[in-house]
Amino acid sequence: MDKDTIISVKDLHVKFTLRGAILNVIRGISLDIHQGESIAIVGESGSGKSVFTKTFLGMLDSNGYIDSGEILFRTDDSGSDESIVDLAKFTTEKEWLTIRGRQIAMVMQDPMTSLNPLRTIGKQLEETVLLHHKGMSKEDAHKRAVQLLTDVGINEPERRCKQYPHEFSGGMRQRVVIAIALACDPRVLICDEPTTALDVTIQAQILKLIHELQQKLNLTTIYITHDLGVVANVADRIAVMYAGDIIEVGDVNEIFYQPCHPYTWALLSSLPQLGIKGEDLYSIAGTPPNLQMEIKGDAFAPRNPYALKIDYLERPPFFDVSPTHKVRTWLKDPRAPQVEPPETVNRLGEGRL
Amino acid sequence: MLDENKKKEVLVDVKDLTVQFGSRRHPFTAVDKATFQIYKGETFGLVGESGSGKTTIGRAIIRINPTAGGEVIYNGQKINGKISKELDKEVTQKIQMIFQDPMASLNERAKVDYIVAEGLLNLPKKLSKEERQALVSEALDEVGLLPEFASRFPHEFSGGQRQRIGIARAMIMRPEFIIADEPISALDVSIRAQVLNLMSKFQREYDLTYLFISHDLSVMRFICDRICVIHKGVLVELAETEELFAHPTHPYTQALLSAIPMPDPVNEKKKVLKVYDPTAHEYDKYPPSWREIRPNHYVWANDPEFEKYQKEQQ
Repeated sequence: MDKDTIISVKDLHVKFTLRGAILNVIRGISLDIHQGESIAIVGESGSGKSVFTKTFLGMLDSNGYIDSGEILFRTDDSGSDESIVDLAKFTTEKEWLTIRGRQIAMVMQDPMTSLNPLRTIGKQLEETVLLHHKGMSKEDAHKRAVQLLTDVGINEPERRCKQYPHEFSGGMRQRVVIAIALACDPRVLICDEPTTALDVTIQAQILKLIHELQQKLNLTTIYITHDLGVVANVADRIAVMYAGDIIEVGDVNEIFYQPCHPYTWALLSSLPQLGIKGEDLYSIAGTPPNLQMEIKGDAFAPRNPYALKIDYLERPPFFDVSPTHKVRTWLKDPRAPQVEPPETVNRLGEGRL
Repeated sequence: MLDENKKKEVLVDVKDLTVQFGSRRHPFTAVDKATFQIYKGETFGLVGESGSGKTTIGRAIIRINPTAGGEVIYNGQKINGKISKELDKEVTQKIQMIFQDPMASLNERAKVDYIVAEGLLNLPKKLSKEERQALVSEALDEVGLLPEFASRFPHEFSGGQRQRIGIARAMIMRPEFIIADEPISALDVSIRAQVLNLMSKFQREYDLTYLFISHDLSVMRFICDRICVIHKGVLVELAETEELFAHPTHPYTQALLSAIPMPDPVNEKKKVLKVYDPTAHEYDKYPPSWREIRPNHYVWANDPEFEKYQKEQQ
């Protein structure tokens, strides 16, 4: 594990049991997340992007379990090997409590449901602060709560502390949720669709806030989203997920300007921002695969207009496009035919928007 | 798409529409004197943030919310306030709505065939069960669902399929005018494209007129012919789509445009986010009005602002 790597996932398999059947939800993901970077995990609903990050926090639903693999996590900045723990081996709540909130915190999707409607904002913040700082006085906790609200850009924090969640707008609630997540100075912040439930203007402000906090607190941030358009501004790196596997990972510019996997092409082409008026928008045919079945070959092959014969037979390995850009598609094999990306993707790459 | 040469025929004419909520003594004005026209065959976009009153306008046109003032003229007939039973039935058939959240807008306890056929029960002409079933199968087929889905319950479907059911329910009435209230906000990016394509297909085939309500200008640029921006119940700008994107005039429109996320990291990182300050106007001193700043481009402004906007345009 490199010195600047904070989380290193190695060949992770997650399975769920559902009505007697076994679902292969995460199928062998390996990913290194570097200290202080912001990485976005992008994919459709059901691609396993939320499940993947929930394994970092031990928050899998009760019917889900880690089948094999390692999640190595560096618990301090010393760089020594003693500080590395394997989150995949954690079993008890007690172990998880050393990680949750203090090391890794999460911002949930919907600010309408992630706050307790019966308690004031101040109480909810103080609760979190006290839970993690045993022995702190109530006054200090209150001071900390006010400070947190100021940090996330809420005016008149003293007055706002006494208010209930229903007195806050959606964007303000999401700021409060972020404040709660930051209450215990985590080193990693996971944002699970942080802006999907919000308006476009508010979305831009929240993304900006997270970005500023990241710079200020030297956080490592992981964004989870289905919308590639949203992450162009905030992510340093992007990992594209499909059917429980990362199929392409690279720097943000590489993913947007030189995408290599047909699924990434499809995701980009279906963005209305890139559509041409009067023409149909590109849409991905078919549905994601059934995870109960053993997936043979490339999981995207049945929906992929560029699929080769081998895509149905053998799972593609990772091909290196550049030192930072890896892609799992047979199209990058030297023996594969040359395939041009679709017109929309080319236009994006050449800056002709 | 609106044909340039075709004469613009007004389908929906909204005049000084005001909608109020709350008690009569302490009314809250959700929509304040909105005036606009929707032409036949076009897609008219209404954009604004949550709580701006965009949905309320849609709901007032389709007669869900009562109006407190003004008129809604549909095809030359006034349809708000008290109207005759025959006209009510006609409006029910000709104006349909597609709702935002397909998870919440379908009756969980009814099967798909009832959900889709329910509107038909309100038609003046009574249909037999067989006729209704035939229409349901046809409607499901049109939105790309299998006819056997009719005997299933909504919870058996994914979000995209549910939204298709919502569209089938509207299309079975053979409407002329559809109010689509954030039809794709709750959907995944890849499903969004399918629903948008379906909507344009119906527009081509049936010469439909849409009122497309959304907070997302990037989608609207793709689908709308004209866009109207609304802020806190007041219309602030109205123009053809490309005109609006090329010459955004009102500061609120500019703020909305700057917030659109573009899938272009290099330019995104250079972008400056504009924030709209509604207190900057001096509307007490100089009352604002609805003015034409460029051909077919209207903006809500007072005298000094209008001069400023005109200078900025040059």
